[in-house]
Amino acid sequence: MPDQLVFAMEITINGLMAGVLYALVALGFVLIYKASGIFNYAQGVMALFAAMTLVGIMNGQVPFAHLINAILGTKVHHFGWHVPALLAILVTVVVMIGLAWAVQVLVMRHLVNQEPIILFMATIGLAYFLEGLSDLMWGSELKALDVGLPQGINLWIDETTFEMFGYGFFIDNLDIVATIIAALLVTALIAFSQYTKQGRAMRAVADDHQAALSVGISLNFIWVLVWSLAGFVALVAGIMWGTKSGVQFSLSLIALKALPVLMLGGFTSIPGAIVGGLIIGVGEKLFEFLVGPLIGGATENWFAYVLALIFLVFRPQGLFGEKIIERV
Amino acid sequence: MLDQTEGYVTEDGRQIGGVVMEMKNITLRFGGVVAIKDISFDIREGEIRAIIGPNGAGKSSMLNVISGFYIPQEGEVWFRGSKRPPTRPYEVAQQGIARTFQNIALFEGMSVLDNVMTGRLTQMKSSIFHQALWRGKAEAEETANREIAEKIIDFLEIQHIRKTPVARLPYGLKKRVELARALAAEPKLLLLDEPMAGMNVEEKEDMCRFILDVNDEFGTTIALIEHDMGVVMDLSDRVVVMDYGKKIGDGTPDEVRANQEVIDAYLGVSHD
Repeated sequence: MPDQLVFAMEITINGLMAGVLYALVALGFVLIYKASGIFNYAQGVMALFAAMTLVGIMNGQVPFAHLINAILGTKVHHFGWHVPALLAILVTVVVMIGLAWAVQVLVMRHLVNQEPIILFMATIGLAYFLEGLSDLMWGSELKALDVGLPQGINLWIDETTFEMFGYGFFIDNLDIVATIIAALLVTALIAFSQYTKQGRAMRAVADDHQAALSVGISLNFIWVLVWSLAGFVALVAGIMWGTKSGVQFSLSLIALKALPVLMLGGFTSIPGAIVGGLIIGVGEKLFEFLVGPLIGGATENWFAYVLALIFLVFRPQGLFGEKIIERV
Repeated sequence: MLDQTEGYVTEDGRQIGGVVMEMKNITLRFGGVVAIKDISFDIREGEIRAIIGPNGAGKSSMLNVISGFYIPQEGEVWFRGSKRPPTRPYEVAQQGIARTFQNIALFEGMSVLDNVMTGRLTQMKSSIFHQALWRGKAEAEETANREIAEKIIDFLEIQHIRKTPVARLPYGLKKRVELARALAAEPKLLLLDEPMAGMNVEEKEDMCRFILDVNDEFGTTIALIEHDMGVVMDLSDRVVVMDYGKKIGDGTPDEVRANQEVIDAYLGVSHD
């Protein structure tokens, strides 16, 4: 087999796995957008906040330590214990649900029936607030996150491919785990929205508020639920990205990579977010490999956005989004 | 006169029961505008009760008070023997008051069957994990709910469009789907906001028949708002007439027809 083709295969596989991580972030956007029509700019920062909280709890950090010390003149930084990863994740889930509730009660409830652009602006405000809050709570330095996920080269794949092609593929174990978790998460989300009462209510609210009220659905409850789910997805994305590249401010910028994913997949489709993520992941890696050398490289920075631009021109609803039909 | 507890017998011989819902001295204002002024009336078990009046009389506001979309500034709402505190629309729905809307509020993206199934949401009790895994109590519950939904779909003769997305249906059928969804909740009181509005004669006759059949078959108590006087008089057992936010008549269709104030309101007399 020619070397080029083997390289391309390895790159495709790696691209697919990177795509899964993009898809995880995009999923959070889709959940909120579907149920409330809000484009949640804060989704990326929510991932950062979740990851920071998780690390902070695991390391036994005292929240708001700097603030407390500055006011009271004390010198507390750590509780002096380490919390097991699983327990810390559970606590973080509770924190994210609390955050969802606070966002709904303090912000979104007062903006019901406002223009989408106003809701969008509110989420920008929320993003900056959360960014500041996570710094204030947990400090702004780069932290390592290790919840016990396997990392490093997968030797089995390396050896098997070496025997087959005479060239060992480099596949990170973390990427494999991320793929499996993402698959489970999506299956669970689809089962939830298709088969449960709350899921049906969620779809009903997404479709028509007035009708939802008239069949006995509490809009407030559904919105808190949706923000909680988005918070949970943000936590999962935060764990994956945080393990990969450390927990730091730039984590919140992965939200920007989710934008082209959403434009491809459509803002309203869960499968769309997955497929969109995969296409972007593979597309940008292959493009860099095939075309990059011809035009001087660094195509990964812009490929996704150009692809999104092309989609906006020719198919603005994305691959799976609901068709934009207007009756005249 | 009506007996407060015993109910009465209609002209066509149906026994009407006790009071299901009672409005006592309801006043509703929007800023300086008085939409409803000191109105009292009751709705009895098993009857078809109509609220009529010219445009802007406050009929829809009254229906919105009953269904919790508006909270009146003054007056009391009594439902099934107890006074109802200010209640949100979704809580009203959970208490067993279902409604339709004048300009139709359906889940346009869902099929007819899914729409009717949402009417069953308030009746679902099994836990979320059972539902997601489709196991145990959830399975039986889903089957039972499905049976009720299918029965109502049969009853309203919309089997042929069960799987059609609602957005594709013509207006008349949408109205019928909305009625089906309201019925799926097995309501103790069914509110219909202008069920015949915008329909042609044939569709109106169909809708009339369905309303009578629903009342007859399920014994559902129905309160409806309607413009079309002819329809209302044929359909309802008792009628409340409103004009400019005030009640100007209340009684059987014949009594109302003979009421001078009602005649004035409909034929036009200077209000001074």
